[in-house]
Amino acid sequence: MFHVKHFDVIVIGGGHAGTEAASAAARAGARVALVTQKLQSIGVMSCNPAIGGLGKGHLVREIDALDGVMARAADAAGIQFRLLNRRKGPAVQGPRAQTDRALYRAFVQRDLAGQSGLVLIEGEVVDLIVMQSQVCGVVLADGQDLAARAVVLTTGTFLNGLIHIGEERQSGGRIGDSPSNRLGHRLLDLGLKRGRLKTGTPPRLDGRTINWSVLDVQEGDEAPTMFSFLNDRPAVRQISCGVTRTNERTHEIIRSNLSRSAMYGGLIEGVGPRYCPSIEDKVVRFSDKDSHQIFLEPEGLNDHTVYPNGISSSLPIDVQRAYVSSIEGLENAKILQPAYAIEYDYFDPKALSSSLELGDLGGLFLAGQINGTTGYEEAAAQGLVAGLNAAHLSQDKAPVLFHRSESYIGVLVDDLRTRGVTEPYRMFTSRAEYRLSLRADNADQRLTDAAIDLGIVSETRITEFRTKMDRLFSAKNALRARSFTSHELLERGIQVSSDGSRRSGLDILGAFAIGPEQQEALLPELLEMDAAIRAQVICDAMYSRYIGRQDEQIAQLKREEHTIIPKDFCYAGLSGLSGELKAKLEKLRPSSLAMAREIEGMTPAALALILANLRKSALLQDAG
Amino acid sequence: MTDTIFALATARGKAGIAVVRVSGPLALTSAEALGVSGLTARQVAFRKLIVDGEILDSGVVLFFEEGASFTGEKIVEYQIHGGESVVAALLRFLGGVSGLRLAEPGEFTRRALENGRLDLTQVEALADLIDAETEAQRRQAQRVLSGAIGRRAAEWRKDLIRAAALIEATIDFADEEIPENVIPEVRDIVIRLSDAFRSEIDGSRSAERIRAGFEVAIIGAPNVGKSSLLNALVGRDAAITSSVAGTTRDVIEVRMDIAGLPVTLIDTAGLRETEDEVEQIGVARAKERASLADLRVLLLEPGGSPEAWDVEDGDIIAWSKADLFPVLNGVSGVSGHGLDWLLNEIKLRLQDRVSGSGVLIRDRQRSALTLASESMASARGWLYNQDVSLELVAADLRAASHSLDLLVGKIGVERLLDEIFSSFCIGK
Repeated sequence: MFHVKHFDVIVIGGGHAGTEAASAAARAGARVALVTQKLQSIGVMSCNPAIGGLGKGHLVREIDALDGVMARAADAAGIQFRLLNRRKGPAVQGPRAQTDRALYRAFVQRDLAGQSGLVLIEGEVVDLIVMQSQVCGVVLADGQDLAARAVVLTTGTFLNGLIHIGEERQSGGRIGDSPSNRLGHRLLDLGLKRGRLKTGTPPRLDGRTINWSVLDVQEGDEAPTMFSFLNDRPAVRQISCGVTRTNERTHEIIRSNLSRSAMYGGLIEGVGPRYCPSIEDKVVRFSDKDSHQIFLEPEGLNDHTVYPNGISSSLPIDVQRAYVSSIEGLENAKILQPAYAIEYDYFDPKALSSSLELGDLGGLFLAGQINGTTGYEEAAAQGLVAGLNAAHLSQDKAPVLFHRSESYIGVLVDDLRTRGVTEPYRMFTSRAEYRLSLRADNADQRLTDAAIDLGIVSETRITEFRTKMDRLFSAKNALRARSFTSHELLERGIQVSSDGSRRSGLDILGAFAIGPEQQEALLPELLEMDAAIRAQVICDAMYSRYIGRQDEQIAQLKREEHTIIPKDFCYAGLSGLSGELKAKLEKLRPSSLAMAREIEGMTPAALALILANLRKSALLQDAG
Repeated sequence: MTDTIFALATARGKAGIAVVRVSGPLALTSAEALGVSGLTARQVAFRKLIVDGEILDSGVVLFFEEGASFTGEKIVEYQIHGGESVVAALLRFLGGVSGLRLAEPGEFTRRALENGRLDLTQVEALADLIDAETEAQRRQAQRVLSGAIGRRAAEWRKDLIRAAALIEATIDFADEEIPENVIPEVRDIVIRLSDAFRSEIDGSRSAERIRAGFEVAIIGAPNVGKSSLLNALVGRDAAITSSVAGTTRDVIEVRMDIAGLPVTLIDTAGLRETEDEVEQIGVARAKERASLADLRVLLLEPGGSPEAWDVEDGDIIAWSKADLFPVLNGVSGVSGHGLDWLLNEIKLRLQDRVSGSGVLIRDRQRSALTLASESMASARGWLYNQDVSLELVAADLRAASHSLDLLVGKIGVERLLDEIFSSFCIGK
């Protein structure tokens, strides 16, 4: 009989979700155990060696604003930084970096090892301890029990994982690791609604066998943009990537072997992501294209492995060899590890609360691919939300909620729990209706203050953040203090309607597309600001007109969200609702007026009717 | 901050006085915009309302402070002369004041509710009111959407999604092989839409005078005398009358004025099972049309039963051939018997139903289109700028689709992604 160890929070899984969950819970002051099958696998990037991108880069910035791990790890391991959409507006620019796998993993492991309040345990969790519909611990494969107030499950693709290489199939969560089937069955016993998804990876190539000399090169940015607000330059040597393309011959090889693909042979039942199609998919669905681009991404500074981004597949190994060698520069490339597709289970995220806790099983939080998402960044963001809230639950504190008007994290959680998923969910900037204010550049302004109040932010960051905010504040004040009449502006060649009103320096930066020289001539205050602050001020001013309109919508949304509809609300008794609408409401049981509004066919009058009856029951209660 | 809403609070139609109510933080600003100043809370003020230097009307202006009004917000009420053109002009002016918008149906009441201004009995009484409102709205929306605007709106919607998808694809998949320049196609769509919105708005003003109003359908078995009744009511030969059953194959509309309310009388084909193909189409159209009308007059043969007919609460049942069989609620197109009774009955029931929703929905369509049109104009501006700010074009397109939501339902982001993924090969 083992002695039962007690924790506040147990995190199962050491991927990107597990890492952020464990770190956030520990930073929030909880005693945390992270349990994973292999300690050496903590922080492994199991798919492509890159972090960030559009929407995803925004998430990483937000994780950093809350003092999470991912941004700092990516900066430490980044070997090529590119700001995507550099030539578009700041709201849609997303930082991305190619990373050295080994450096990334080492940083994460070092960071977690140094985190006070966090214990790392190697072992397989085979069961949950449940008492009175409340999770209160886990059972390890060696028979040991660990007790905790809250458990965060971040098992990625390990639940009933099935790997396909052509007609070959094997159980596994990631090549070389075993799947967590026992835990999977236990979760199924809970009666959670489950679905099946799939994802795939390309074959890994030996960089020494690639003919780089004939290939195009993609360089990183000259002035790299870091992920963390604490960093201003890369930590290690920078590299460039190669670019090549498929051709008619590649496509012919794939077409004639389609029946041998696990996906096209009908062996895979899971739904794959549309934005990350296999090469089979591309050849079939876009048959009019005779070529597709491939990025050759080195996996590390001291690693010969190359990740050919763009040719993931579930074809048999001999077909993989044939199509790879048909591609320019890859004629003699050696495959180090074959491409594979992996199918795995996810649980319907509509069963989760805003803190990612399971509604029907208190104390159990789910984060990452288990909720139907894809991507390191999406997983990490959920891990942070779940870990923080697990800690709060164990400390009897109120949940920490992320609103979709305030962060991409909020958009992610809200989308998952209100809409569920039909394909692996990936973040896009177009998912954020308040995109103009949710920018990568202002993630700290949006979130760090609240994070400081939560006590999850390091002293260093607090100091840096406050200094920056002070400078921003005085810079904006200086520009606000300056004002011009329309006459003065017209004289300087700025086209403005002469309505006699005065415009402040900030207004001018926001309303007119004028070049830097003209800005400086008009507002010499700009010259006294340091470059980063100045860029930030201009950025903030630029969207201010549009953001006013957004704020109105947000206020309306929040009012409706704060109007809670009780679970047992009786729609049948409402005269005035159409039968169709009544049936929908009965079935979907929206938890707030905001969710009711999203139901198809909802009318303003019907909403008013629901509200009226909510008020009525409230009044009755008050009277009683 | 809450936005400020306005609407006609009294019944539409010719009347001595009409009350237009403005509620929200900008209520007083609306008064200033009309040249009205020096209002004291809860005191009657007689003022001239001035638009573009001209007197629009003069009337009583009332101001209620926040916390002491029907909605709980600042309210300004304009009691003006009840002519339709005066009311329409004031509503149009208010619609142009920045920060003001036309209220959704039930929105004043909803705000009153949200601000805790109604007591328990009032809340209970609301259900009936809202009941009537939703039903009227459903019918109105169906009528609109089954018609030309619906078809046009569906086209607009497709175009908006296409333009948004092109923009979003270049934003969200910057790293992929998206055909580099999507701007020309987006520009074409934006120009096309913004022209379409404009011409729709311009057309709507004149069209509204003709089209606004209530629809009253006369239904009944073939040859019961519907067409004669219609002719008698209108006083002229609008429908072909003959004694052969099934003469009126299609739907015939006649506009008339009943007690100041514009009414379209609809003569439907006799509703009966038929083998005649042309007549079948007529019957189907008639049925659909009758169910969408605001009010139905069911004309029955003496001794007939209303049970076989789709009548609703509030519909009128009349007995035909009153010249031969004079009964209570009997009418005759031949002798004119009972016509005054019927007209009065129609008037009473329509006045009962005047919740303002008829014209409001059309006004709302117009204000939705006006907003959409402004967004398109803004997008158009960006698209001609050398450094196109795609995210701002996207914001304008989003705003336009938000405005069109009122007409065509939601354009969700999933629909947008569908369009992107079916158009572009994305994915490395």
